[in-house]
Amino acid sequence: MDAKNWKLITNPLNSENPITVQVLGICSALAVTVQVKPALIMALSVTVVTGFSNLIIAFIRNTIPPRIRIIIQLVVIAALVIIVDQLLKAYVYDVSKKLSVFVGLIITNCIIMGRLEAFAMSHKPLESLLDGIGNGFGYGLILIIVSVFRELFGSGSILGYQIIPEVLYQAGYKDNGMMILPPMALITLGIIIWIQRSKNRKLIEK
Amino acid sequence: MNFLRKYLDKIKPNFQKGGKFEKLSATFEAFETFLFVPAKVTSSGAHIRDSMDMKRLMSVVILALLPAMLFGMYNTGYQHFLLTGTTGTFWQIFGFGFLKVLPVIIVSYITGLTIEFAFAQIRGHEVNEGFLVTGMLIPLVLPATIPLWMVVVATAFAVIIGKEVFGGTGMNVLNPALTARAFLFFAYPGNMTGDQVWIAGIKHAANMPDTVSGATVLGNLLQSVTDNLTYRDVSSKLPDDLNAFLGFIPGSIGETSKLAILIGAFILLYTGVGSWKIMFSTILGGLFMGWLLNIFAANAYMELPAYKHLLYGGFAFGAVFMATDPVTASQTEKGKWIYGFLIGVLAILIRVLNPAYPEGMMLAILLMNVFAPLIDHYVVEANIRRRMRRLKRAETVLNKL
Repeated sequence: MDAKNWKLITNPLNSENPITVQVLGICSALAVTVQVKPALIMALSVTVVTGFSNLIIAFIRNTIPPRIRIIIQLVVIAALVIIVDQLLKAYVYDVSKKLSVFVGLIITNCIIMGRLEAFAMSHKPLESLLDGIGNGFGYGLILIIVSVFRELFGSGSILGYQIIPEVLYQAGYKDNGMMILPPMALITLGIIIWIQRSKNRKLIEK
Repeated sequence: MNFLRKYLDKIKPNFQKGGKFEKLSATFEAFETFLFVPAKVTSSGAHIRDSMDMKRLMSVVILALLPAMLFGMYNTGYQHFLLTGTTGTFWQIFGFGFLKVLPVIIVSYITGLTIEFAFAQIRGHEVNEGFLVTGMLIPLVLPATIPLWMVVVATAFAVIIGKEVFGGTGMNVLNPALTARAFLFFAYPGNMTGDQVWIAGIKHAANMPDTVSGATVLGNLLQSVTDNLTYRDVSSKLPDDLNAFLGFIPGSIGETSKLAILIGAFILLYTGVGSWKIMFSTILGGLFMGWLLNIFAANAYMELPAYKHLLYGGFAFGAVFMATDPVTASQTEKGKWIYGFLIGVLAILIRVLNPAYPEGMMLAILLMNVFAPLIDHYVVEANIRRRMRRLKRAETVLNKL
């Protein structure tokens, strides 16, 4: 893979991150990050949807009449989301229950529509696929970072495995109830944005 | 003092530009101006300066907090001895509370100041004085049984997320001490509410005397609503007004004695550090809401005489020390009335009508902190409109002449 294509995947992980830089998809990032497992599944689902919707739209981009392009994009996204939703229900039912409405709400996730409009409508299929996967990864990366903090400090475990030793609990340590509430997800997200921008000063808005 | 001055002068070059410890200049500056009046002289323009810089201002607030703190220590011991049924001399009682409260204060200061100094060094500015007061306020709004590590976490959260993120002292939207309390309240509710946390040094066990409950007055009042008691049943269990006023009731360390808070209020008002408009309008708002609930009294809590609301919980403490925080309160004079009044109204509203929160003062003040800039905005806008109208009137009169 040449450097230009590689950039399509790596840029969204940092300097063009859909959550921390473009500030899209915040709602689901707050809702599904209480534990790592649902966050992982959600990240995977969104990556699949962004990747394939980008690919499909890029294939038919020249035949879409501009005036009804949004509806066509939505049909593609909705079809993919329903496929993903059914797959989750079939194979990981418990996680699917935890994610509840948020899988369905991938349809309204601004990242996907944003990538279709900004990228897939004007690029070739392969590039579009890579861009979609890259943005899915960028979204997933932040989701996983936030959920690791939230599950570790909110429930004392990661992926369901106890991480904080029992000795600490007996010594008086307690799980932080605030971590389980959405406000703390927003604050964690804010801290990630803070750290990212203090490292990469070009991202600071004027 | 002379010795101290000489010593500071001797080591000063090390901290100035080119010195050995240039990186620590902010730390040095903080200590120097804490001990002595700053030596900086205004060199251009006409400025009126007196010796009231921010550190002196903060010292006044600390002074005003001392009565509440000292009484809080005594009451911590008093409640302990009351519940265990033993008696002690004044010094035994005070000493017990002193040993419970002092660690909380020390931990709060060490955590907060470490973070403040670290941020000052990283950002290359002077150490802000704001934490001198915050560090004292945080322990006073917590129960005496709070584990020290929670104080560390909450203080760090309040200073970093509540203050430094916004640019440090003077830039914060929310009151940092209440941010710390709110953090603990939502993160570790088991250590902040209920009837197990207000009395220090007790292992809650079956042999506790049934007649004494460790719950706060507000906790009991809220319980009475769930239990469907009539006001007559409830009122017999309330502490008498004098005890509530003097502060011999369970509660957060600094909030119980209204007398001590009143002394603090006088110090703040006499020196002009606190705004009497905010204090007065907060109390007014509380009384108004209490009275309004009396009219629509549907349960025992709503029948509680309005003035009693001021005697229980953190209402008085919040009105005097938290609502008047000059950074987070409204800046305009008219805005202060609105701001204070709404704090009072909301505090009582949350107290009585929301079953999840026994105390509403913290949430009311934090909420109004957020709204303070909006209030100011509309007060200023209204003033501009008023003066524009006056201008137009003057113009029409002039045109007629």
